[in-house]
Amino acid sequence: MKKIGFLLLFYLTSRAAAFAVILNVGLQLEPPNLDPTSGAAAAIDEVVYGNIFEGLVRIDKDGDVQPGLALFWEVSTDGRSYIFHLAEGVKFHDGSDFDAEDVKFSFNRARAKNSTNAKKYIFAPIVLIDILDPLTIMITLDHARPDFLFNIGLGDAVIVAPESAAGNAFNPVGTGPFRFKKWVRGDRVELIKNDDYWGLEPRLGGATFKFIPDPLSAYTAMMAGDIDTFPNYPAPENLFLFDRDPRFDVVVGLTAGETILATNNKRSPFDNILVRKAMAHAINRKEIINGAMFGNAAPIGTHFAPNHPDYVDLTGLYPFDLGKARALMKDAGYANGFEATLKLPPPTYARRTGELIAVELGRIGIKLKIENMEWAQWIDQVLRNRNFDLTVVSHVEPMDINIYANPNYYFGYDNADFQKIISDIDQSTDAAETSRLYKEAERKIAEDAVNGYLFQLGKFGVWKKEVKGMWANYPIRSNDLRDVYVEGAD
Amino acid sequence: MRHLSLSFIIGGVLTFIFTFIAILSFFWTPYDVEAINISGKFAVPGLDHIMGTDHFGRDIFSMVMVGTRNAIAVSLVAVGIGMILGVPLGLWAAGSRMNGGSLIDEILMRGNDLVFAFPSLLMAIMITAVFGPGAINAIIAIGIFNIPVFARMSRGGALSLWTRDYIMAARVAGKGMMRISYEHILPNILNILIVQATIQFSIAIIAEASLSYVGLGTQPPNPSLGRMLNEAQTMIFFAPWLAWFPGGVIVAMVLGLNLMGDGLRDMLDPKLKKRKAGDVTA
Amino acid sequence: MIHYILKRLTSLLITLIVATIVIFLIIEVVPGDPAAYMMGLSGSTEAADALRVELGLDKGALERYFSWIGGMLSGDFGISYTYRVPVSQLIGERTLVSVPLTVYALILSTLIAIPVGVISASRRGSVVDTILMGVAQIGVAIPNFWFAILMVLVFSTSLGWFSAVGFPGWEAGFWVSIKALTIPAFSLALPQAAILARVMRSSVLEVMQEDYIRTARAKGLSQRQALIRHGLRNAMIPVLTILGLQFSFLLAGGIIIESIFSLPGLGRLVFQSIAQRDLIVVKSIVTLLVMAVVMITFIVDLLYALVDPRLREGGRG
Repeated sequence: MKKIGFLLLFYLTSRAAAFAVILNVGLQLEPPNLDPTSGAAAAIDEVVYGNIFEGLVRIDKDGDVQPGLALFWEVSTDGRSYIFHLAEGVKFHDGSDFDAEDVKFSFNRARAKNSTNAKKYIFAPIVLIDILDPLTIMITLDHARPDFLFNIGLGDAVIVAPESAAGNAFNPVGTGPFRFKKWVRGDRVELIKNDDYWGLEPRLGGATFKFIPDPLSAYTAMMAGDIDTFPNYPAPENLFLFDRDPRFDVVVGLTAGETILATNNKRSPFDNILVRKAMAHAINRKEIINGAMFGNAAPIGTHFAPNHPDYVDLTGLYPFDLGKARALMKDAGYANGFEATLKLPPPTYARRTGELIAVELGRIGIKLKIENMEWAQWIDQVLRNRNFDLTVVSHVEPMDINIYANPNYYFGYDNADFQKIISDIDQSTDAAETSRLYKEAERKIAEDAVNGYLFQLGKFGVWKKEVKGMWANYPIRSNDLRDVYVEGAD
Repeated sequence: MRHLSLSFIIGGVLTFIFTFIAILSFFWTPYDVEAINISGKFAVPGLDHIMGTDHFGRDIFSMVMVGTRNAIAVSLVAVGIGMILGVPLGLWAAGSRMNGGSLIDEILMRGNDLVFAFPSLLMAIMITAVFGPGAINAIIAIGIFNIPVFARMSRGGALSLWTRDYIMAARVAGKGMMRISYEHILPNILNILIVQATIQFSIAIIAEASLSYVGLGTQPPNPSLGRMLNEAQTMIFFAPWLAWFPGGVIVAMVLGLNLMGDGLRDMLDPKLKKRKAGDVTA
Repeated sequence: MIHYILKRLTSLLITLIVATIVIFLIIEVVPGDPAAYMMGLSGSTEAADALRVELGLDKGALERYFSWIGGMLSGDFGISYTYRVPVSQLIGERTLVSVPLTVYALILSTLIAIPVGVISASRRGSVVDTILMGVAQIGVAIPNFWFAILMVLVFSTSLGWFSAVGFPGWEAGFWVSIKALTIPAFSLALPQAAILARVMRSSVLEVMQEDYIRTARAKGLSQRQALIRHGLRNAMIPVLTILGLQFSFLLAGGIIIESIFSLPGLGRLVFQSIAQRDLIVVKSIVTLLVMAVVMITFIVDLLYALVDPRLREGGRG
């Protein structure tokens, strides 16, 4: 066995004693419940990930895999088995001990037949779970999976205890640096510092996550000083007001959300690549980013995060060119254009982008009828029944280019070459090869103009100047507060 | 009396202005309401754009014109539905009661109570959750809640008329219930119905604005006053005109209709006029 | 009288039963599946199916209707699909915000409306009357959500006074909570006050025509004295009726105001529940609201019947 071995946790002696500062964190969406292993709402992770619950590994602010409840691990040479060495003396918030049994329980629960885990596929490759001793566990996969470590760092794979798992939705019990105190539904969730935390002592005395759905209230709450930090402020148009106010720091980062004009590749006339290319030429990313996001977004030319090392800039592949777009429409047999519908989910970015797209495609004769809908309707009509022409949506899952390999996914891209690339990535154990394959995949979907690639959704961080250690980016949806502190409060 | 006609005049003038703007918008607006110009966004009200421009650089005045038209259209049809369905129901209920069919009356009126009992905005939201948002569904949602208003009102008016001598005479002459309702009762309650329609119309305009505000009314790119207010919400701190104009137009329109309704009531309801004439004024 | 009450009670029950059926049917045809919603964009259908079984959504419609009604009768409203806590607990928590907000708004609107109505009526035709009624006309015409936005704008940009958002909870202190509810209550109250002032004015004018006021005046009381000693109580009757209606209207109609001010009230809960297809919450709240309106109407009817025996025969007009 090749030993990769991570040893950490030794630089941490320099930390100061406990502080009583309670950080007020503003979030736009309230989580439906607090169990990250059941349900997909990003709002759950935004409260609990890294704070209440921890996984075997932890995704950090740069999207890298760090040791979590497993201090280090070994991977077999064939890449199929992992031996995780667990931290000692870890206790759940209810006082029960953490050991390999909890890991086995959590993973078995997530892959069980009646599991309600939204990312059950993470656990599908697991063939065997062996407890070698109370602090060592071996997990064997069907074959090498380079993304397995990253995946078990997600909120869906956090470790829960058999005694408390059923109640996690409303009384979450994890191993993290903060424990759940109370939830005033519709208003806030309160966390307090876990004094028995096994790892680095957190520097905050606790955190109150306040849910402020209305952007107007978000603004007044920030200005009134009620909120210390808004990790993802809901209205990009107001950022400049905070920027010129000396009390605040504004940090515009990126999320893992590729915002695309998703196109139904199975439906005429969008099954015609000429039409899709014409649309790609008609899309003016600059106009969209300025108009819909007030300049706070990064253009993308394919379905990949622009801050990822394997990203290829393909925004120049189909430059904004109405002449070319009209010529392509003519070649496709639609010189006079056609009519189609554009179904838009509720977020403001989607509604604004959609309005602009309708105008832009109108310029080459594609008359779009906008249909605004709630998420429930959107999921039903677009995602499940594929009853749509076009839609605007942000795909917030990190590293999700593999959705294009699923011919039954809602945009209906069915391409054997692409599917081969993805299955090669799945099997690859060589980092350089994986990187090359990812780049090939990016190019493939961009050339085929599967969807309109618009921009990477920004993360609009606004916080008081004294607040330090907030994440600038959202590689995953998490507001991990373990390193956050308030300057001057020490 | 002079005071009362003044409110009618003000109301009438306001209503006329907005009706005129609405009709005009079919033929002419200063700018294309759907034309975007990102570099010209948030223009302050001035000579080029008398109400300024919004976040996409669209002309607010043009959008307000078309939004006014949409608000009037939705309200007009919704109140129309309420009248067309509600008045016959009310007449039928009253006619049945006076002709020995009090069960029909009872059922109809309990049905009325039932609709009344449902919280209207909430039900409108549910209706749009079923059928999807849009102007037509907003019309249905608002229209449904207008039916019991007109039914109750026409039933009340009709019940008091059925005891009159000339109705008795018509019954003796062998005229049927429906015919009496249509020939003798309807013309006599038309006045109160018109007054009520004016009031309902103004309520419908606020309802349409509320539905559009929560995103369930007229859909983009077709402008609507309520949605303009919603979109303005996050921008009022640096572009407050985005909220002033659409809101001001809603208020002025509703005010105009209410004043006109009040004025009409005083002019059309002789009983009220007589009583007011006899008022002891300090 | 007993016969009348029994008759009204029967029709009240029938109304409620029909209402629950209507609500249930609407909920049945609402497209969109709570389980799929919970699983989001990347969720597996398998997990959604498992969740559906867990939530009891796989059972037949009739069975769900009767278990819902049966539960409601015994005070068990079921478990929220999304929050996974008892619906009754959710509603209970939210009621502690919505009912005080509504009562607060009604108190404010009454405090504004009654003096305005009385002053206006007693100085009928004067400049004061014209101004007050003109302002009331404008008040009626202002959509409350727009008024709320203007309030925020005025308080924050002009006065530099930013309202705290949200609701600290009653345990944080009575006055803190009242403070949090003040601007929202005011936004709700103003249009209602305008309506109420108009009703109050015409009611006072009507009362002043009554013989007993004329008699009182003939006995040498001033108009104001006559009004305050004899007239006001009678003039309040239509105002109270309107107040009763406004209570239920505001309770359900606070949706937008609660959103603007981020208050965890019933309106926001139901709005959010519709969006998340937490339909078990939606149907319970709508049923409760309908029940409240029906009960208020029933009580008002009884009071009227007590006052005016003729109504017992002819039903309401």
